[in-house]
Amino acid sequence: MSGNHEAAVRDPLILGNKTYHQMTEDICRPIEGKANKYWWISFVISATAMVWGLICLAYTIGVGIGTWGANKTVGWAWDITNFVWWIGIGHAGTLISAILLLFRQRWRMSINRSAEAMTIFAVICAGLFPLFHTGRPWLDYWMLPIANQFGSLWVNFNSPLLWDVFAISTYFTVSLVFWYLGLLPDLATVRDRCVTPTKKFIYGLLSFGWKGTARDWHRFEEVSLVLAGLSTPLVLSVHTIVSFDFATSIIPGWHTTIFPPYFVAGAIFSGFAMVLTLMLIARKVLSLESYITIQHVELMNKIIILTGSIVGVAYITEFFIAWYSGVEYEQYAFMNRAFGPYWWAYWSMMTCNVITPQLFWFKKIRTSVMATFIISIFVNIGMWFERFVIIVTSIHRDYVPSSWTMYSPTYIEVGIFVGTIGLFFTLFLIFARVFPVIALAELKSILKKTGNQYKKGDQNHG
Amino acid sequence: MDRKYELTQNNKVIPLIMMAVGVVAIVMGFMTDHYRAWATLLHNNFYFTAIALCGTFFVAVQYVAQAGWATGIKRVPEAMGAYLKYGMAFMLVIFIFGHHDLYHWTHKELYDPSSDKYDPILDGKKGFLNVPFYVIRLIAYAAIWVGFTYLLRKQSLLEDQNGGLEPYNKSVVLGAVFIVLFGVTSSTSAWDFLMSIDSHWFSTLFGWYTFAGLFVSGLAMMALFILVLRKKGYMPHVNENHLHDVGKFMFAFSVFWTYLWFSQFMLIWYAHLPEEVVYYQVRWEYFKNLWVANLLINFIAPFLVLMTRDAKRQSAILWVAGIIILAGHWLDVYLMVTPGVLGKDWQLGFIEVGTMVGFLGLFLRTTFVELSKAPIVPQNHPMLQESLHHHI
Repeated sequence: MSGNHEAAVRDPLILGNKTYHQMTEDICRPIEGKANKYWWISFVISATAMVWGLICLAYTIGVGIGTWGANKTVGWAWDITNFVWWIGIGHAGTLISAILLLFRQRWRMSINRSAEAMTIFAVICAGLFPLFHTGRPWLDYWMLPIANQFGSLWVNFNSPLLWDVFAISTYFTVSLVFWYLGLLPDLATVRDRCVTPTKKFIYGLLSFGWKGTARDWHRFEEVSLVLAGLSTPLVLSVHTIVSFDFATSIIPGWHTTIFPPYFVAGAIFSGFAMVLTLMLIARKVLSLESYITIQHVELMNKIIILTGSIVGVAYITEFFIAWYSGVEYEQYAFMNRAFGPYWWAYWSMMTCNVITPQLFWFKKIRTSVMATFIISIFVNIGMWFERFVIIVTSIHRDYVPSSWTMYSPTYIEVGIFVGTIGLFFTLFLIFARVFPVIALAELKSILKKTGNQYKKGDQNHG
Repeated sequence: MDRKYELTQNNKVIPLIMMAVGVVAIVMGFMTDHYRAWATLLHNNFYFTAIALCGTFFVAVQYVAQAGWATGIKRVPEAMGAYLKYGMAFMLVIFIFGHHDLYHWTHKELYDPSSDKYDPILDGKKGFLNVPFYVIRLIAYAAIWVGFTYLLRKQSLLEDQNGGLEPYNKSVVLGAVFIVLFGVTSSTSAWDFLMSIDSHWFSTLFGWYTFAGLFVSGLAMMALFILVLRKKGYMPHVNENHLHDVGKFMFAFSVFWTYLWFSQFMLIWYAHLPEEVVYYQVRWEYFKNLWVANLLINFIAPFLVLMTRDAKRQSAILWVAGIIILAGHWLDVYLMVTPGVLGKDWQLGFIEVGTMVGFLGLFLRTTFVELSKAPIVPQNHPMLQESLHHHI
């Protein structure tokens, strides 16, 4: 594009009359300076939660999964709820870096780095649950298709649980590579600014000898494009396959054809909520308001309305079709969800996921940092309840009324969940101290198109 | 830059000939088998109504998503919406006169417990599937779809005349409201028009599956109109970069349609519940070749044809892809309508194709007439410069 033809109706994405040098300074500052008090407080709390989770996990390994509240009827409960919740949260990062890239959404450049980091950390947290639910995690390699001589049995390729093993490990690998690749030029920037030789050496290793030559950039862009192409179907596939874990069964409430796209929409919904939760804090603590502007917040809130509404339509569709199907088991499963003993979980889900995000229709609310923060927490909670509702309420009253039962978690299970939250935040806090939280090189590429000082004089195209 | 489309002699005559062919086909249909005639009327009218609806949906999405590149082509989807009022009127006529032949659930004796045809399952659905409520819904869809098409078009024309940001801002609001209503009605209308043909069968994904198919057909139709206008010299501002974007959309939504096709089919096949598999069983037993062809034409063909960057930037290849997609989704709608109405007694011949030609004639006519009413380039759109300088 020769010259700046960006429409005047678009608001600037970089505020504060930044120069390239100021951008480097602003974004490298958190890495180069000393951590402040808030960082240490957060770190200690997160790490404590993580340690508590590790203790609960160790206890589970030692004693067995009988320490959990899951029982014969409710065989999947808290752990799988958490698994799906974390996997869902892990969707925003790759969506932002791959799909929004295809849609040429420049605003993604301020948030993609942190969102991708979040993806990786969330997938780590998610993976723990099924790995430990097997009961004998030291035999988890049996999930891989390896020869019988190793003591395992050949895996069942008809099972969606196995598809999940492949889907999630592929997703994790590609996301990690994509994220790290994007980091290379920025790590080189940090390296070049390092004052101590040790730091320079470490960042030199981490940046894989990036020189910033034309050839480096050429290869970088080629690989980025290939990875974006790979990631796009992957974003859709992961939660699709998670939804198959449920939908291939014949359990009312689980077996429904809308599950694949509806799970994906829900995942993006929860992923964006978590990105907002984290970024609203990060922009404040790290003083990044010029880069993660109110416009970014507003745009993310629009995605929240969109995906929240898709999820809402899916809930209503499921409920309606359960009635319409004329299948009494389907009908009962849904009545039991809404009005049975777990009614509170259902209505928490409805309130948090369907009703609260609709508040973003008001411009005042979707441009308010405080309101956005609160609603993003609501969505995080709501999406947790969604998985709880789907999993527990569908199976706690099965086809045989004599086996009907209730489920409640033990403090061990709760402890593991708290531990994963601790792990997630610990990893994120470390990330914010060692890596640039904004894709610096990428963001610089749009400064002259969308920096506020470059937009001022451009009123003649309105 | 303010050129309007001038209707040529061919634009006036050819659609009329096509419509005449359509009338002959429909009359022949009624003379041979009225079930078949109604099925083909519903099939073709739904197909072109859905394409028209996608025109409006596409325009609404461009406003809400603040897309700049599509400004230069937006008069095409806008004009496609002009067919909606005819489509919805036909829908009403088809339902009023053809409902007994098309929709099994409209027969009264099914709801009479003393009748030997009493159907407890359909009796359970009668709160939703009953003639008065169906007609109310149909009218509501018509009002919403035609209404928003009109309002969005009105703002677009006001912008041409008066300029300023007001029409743009209003269009954003209208677009957002329309998308919400479309999000609900695209599903419910698919249940009404298509899913209720197989009265006992149900699938929660059906609405979204239908949407994916109609959206990709709408994109293909839009692409073909753009190619025609470009060839005739009305769109000098539309270059291969714009075509590339249209091509990407066609590619992406072909894959998306396949994703939903697979999700619906695989889950039903895997669970193997009798009340669900019956839908695919009929299609597999009596329509096997078409059913397999559907997947090949709508997935494999556009996937391979549109995969590379260069392919999406060439008119000739977009022509091929557009025709493949349109033909493929015509077949897809055929496979949603016919098995439930005709079962194993289906045929696919002059009656079906001739009716399609007739509806296509009407669609071409309304769209070209609408294109001739306003400049091909939206005159004062605030993002026009972005579209004119679009480069990817």
